[in-house]
Amino acid sequence: MTKALKITLSTDFDPAPVRDLAQRLKGLDGPLLPILHAVNDQFGYVDERALPVIADVLNLTRAEVQGVVSFYHDFRRSPAGRHVVKVCRAEACQAMGAERLISELETAFGVKLGETSKDGRVTLEPVYCLGNCALSPAALIDGKLYGRLNAARAQAQVGK
Amino acid sequence: MTQLIYVPDDAAALSVGAGEVAQAISAEIARRGLDAKLIRTGSRGLLWLEPLVEFATPGGRIGYGNVDAATVSALFDDPAHTRSLGLVEEIPYLKSQQRLTFARCGIIDPLSLDEYQTHGGLAGLRRALEMTCTDIAEQVVESGLRGRGGAGFPTGIKWRTVAAAPADQKYIVCNADEGDSGTFADRMLMEGDPFLLIEGMVIAGLAVGADKGFVYIRSEYPHAIAKMRRAIQAAHKGQLLGRNILGGGKYFDLELRVGAGAYICGEETSLLESLEGRRGQVRPKPPLPAIAGLFGKPTVINNVLSLAAVPTILAQGAAFYRDFGMGRSRGTMPVQLAGNVRRGGLIERAFGLSLREIIETYGGGTASGRPVRAVQVGGPLGAYWPPALFDTPFDYETFAEKSGMIGHGGVVVFDDSVDMARQARFALEFCAIESCGKCTPCRIGSTRGVETMDRIIQGERPVENTALVRDLCEILRDGSLCALGGLTPMPVLSAMDHFPEDFSRAE
Repeated sequence: MTKALKITLSTDFDPAPVRDLAQRLKGLDGPLLPILHAVNDQFGYVDERALPVIADVLNLTRAEVQGVVSFYHDFRRSPAGRHVVKVCRAEACQAMGAERLISELETAFGVKLGETSKDGRVTLEPVYCLGNCALSPAALIDGKLYGRLNAARAQAQVGK
Repeated sequence: MTQLIYVPDDAAALSVGAGEVAQAISAEIARRGLDAKLIRTGSRGLLWLEPLVEFATPGGRIGYGNVDAATVSALFDDPAHTRSLGLVEEIPYLKSQQRLTFARCGIIDPLSLDEYQTHGGLAGLRRALEMTCTDIAEQVVESGLRGRGGAGFPTGIKWRTVAAAPADQKYIVCNADEGDSGTFADRMLMEGDPFLLIEGMVIAGLAVGADKGFVYIRSEYPHAIAKMRRAIQAAHKGQLLGRNILGGGKYFDLELRVGAGAYICGEETSLLESLEGRRGQVRPKPPLPAIAGLFGKPTVINNVLSLAAVPTILAQGAAFYRDFGMGRSRGTMPVQLAGNVRRGGLIERAFGLSLREIIETYGGGTASGRPVRAVQVGGPLGAYWPPALFDTPFDYETFAEKSGMIGHGGVVVFDDSVDMARQARFALEFCAIESCGKCTPCRIGSTRGVETMDRIIQGERPVENTALVRDLCEILRDGSLCALGGLTPMPVLSAMDHFPEDFSRAE
C-alpha cells in the first residue's frame, strides 16, 4: 500500500526523550521494534528526526531504521487525529457489510479511508482482522474493540 | 454461601458490552448487599450469546445470553428470566464438543494459577519434568500433532530436529500473529487460558534444550497482549517460569513481543526477521528455522494452538490425543465459525467433522437469513467452497485433495449476496497490500491481478481476462518464496472454478 509521506517538521523536536527510550530498551534481543513501538506510543508517531537518534544508539545506519519504520503499518510518520477508528475490512467483516459501514463512516466523519479529518478530530483507517470475526463488523476505536458495529454507534463513541 | 457470578473478560465479549454488564453486576451486588462474587473468565466461545453471564448453582452454572447492563437487575430478581439458557454445559453447541485445548476457557479466572491447577493445569509439565528430553519430543511425535498455524507440519518432528541441533543457545518462539480473517482461537486462548500456552512453551523448552522463549502477538490484539503480559508475570511468581521451574531446578524465561501490523509476519521466517528488529521479509528455506532460526540459532517456532495442545498430550499420553481424529489428522481442531452466520463461535472437535455440520448444525445458517452461497476456509489464502462440497470432512488431506486447506481453522460464511469476482479481486488486493516485496510474482503479480480482475468485473473481455488471471495465478503459485504469494491463487481459482457465473457477467 502506498502510504502518503506526510512528515511533520513544524514543531520543535527534542531528541532527549527518544534517546532515553532507546537507551532503556537497547539491551533487549532485537530492540528496534520495541523502541519504535515505545516512541510511537509516547509521541503518537515516529518523527523523522527520531530516526538518526535511534540509529545512533543501536549502531545502525539511518537507512536500516528508515527501512523498518516504513515496512510496518503501525508506525505513524505524522500524528493521528484525536480519535483513531480502525475499521476491519477483511473477509468475515465483508460478509457482514463492512464495505457499506466504511462508506457510512467516511460520510459521517468527512474523510476517506486512510485519512485524518481536516479538524484533526478523527483518523479513519483500514485494518485486516481484529479477531472478532463471529461478531462482525468490527472496529477498534481509540484502542477499544467493538463488535456488531454500525455507523451510529461508532459516531457516538467518537462524539464522546 | 457466596454466590459466584461469571462474566467473560474476553475481547469479543467486551466488544458487545461485557464490561458494562460486569460493572452493573458489581453495582447490583453492592446495592442489594449480597454475599456474591463476580469472577471474570475467558469466553466459552458461544460468541453469538455474548455477553454470556453465568450464575453458579448446586447443579452447575446457569447461563444468561445477550445480557446488557439494563437487564442485570432483573436477573437477580428472577433466576428463570427469559434470557436463561439453562445449564451452560448442556447447551448442545458446547455439549457436543470435545474440548481438550479449550477445556478451561470460559470456566476459570485466566490469571489464577491456583484455579489453573485445580482444573488440571500443570499436570503435563510435571510429567515432562520427570522425563528425558528425547521422551518428551517422542510423545509429541507419537501424538500425531501437526502445526495448527496452517502448514500442518508434524510438531514432534520439528522438536526432534531442534533437539538434535548442537548449539549454545536455542529458542522457542510462539507465533501468535493470528492474522487470518475468520480466526480468533489464539486470541481466545491467550485471553482465556494463558497459562496453558506458557506451560506448552516450557515443555517445548525442556524437550529441545532451549531456555528462552518469545511470544510474538499481533498489535491488533491489545487485550490479549495485556492478558499475556500479566500471565507471564504471574507465571514468574508461581515458578512456572524463571530459574527453578516448579522446584525442579530447570530454567526457562519468556518474553512478549508485539507485532506492528504486518500480516506477512505470521509467516515463520518473516516473524523471526521481525523479532530480530528488521523488515518482516521472508527468508529462503533452507536453512530451516529448526537449524538456523532466531539470531541464527536452532529455533522451535510453533503456533499458539500447537503449543497449547502439548500439555494435554503429556498429561494424558500420546495415545489419548492420537485416538481423536481421522486419517493423518490426529487430535482435535478448534474450528472458528465466523462471518455471516447465525451462531458464530469456537467449535473444538476431533478432525473429521463435515463442513455441513459446522455451518448448518452448529452455525444454523446465515445471520441474514438468506441462503449460504459460499464459505471460505483457512483464512484469506484459503479456498472458497460451494454448498455442493459441504460434505467434505475437516481433515488436512481431504481438503488438500479438493484444492483447499484447513489452515488455522477459520470458516467464514457468505450469503447469496456475495459477488465472488469481488472476493477474488480482494484476495489479490490483500496480497498486494501485505506482500513483503521480496519476490516479483507476489509483489507485482498481485497488483496486475487486481487490475485484470477490475476488467473482468467491468465486463471487459471476461473470457480472455479470466484466462490471464489463471495464468498469473500459476506464476504466483510456482514462483513465490512463501505462502502469501504461493497460496493467494487458492481463493482466486476456487472462486473461478466453483462460481464461474460471477466472472462472465457484464456489469
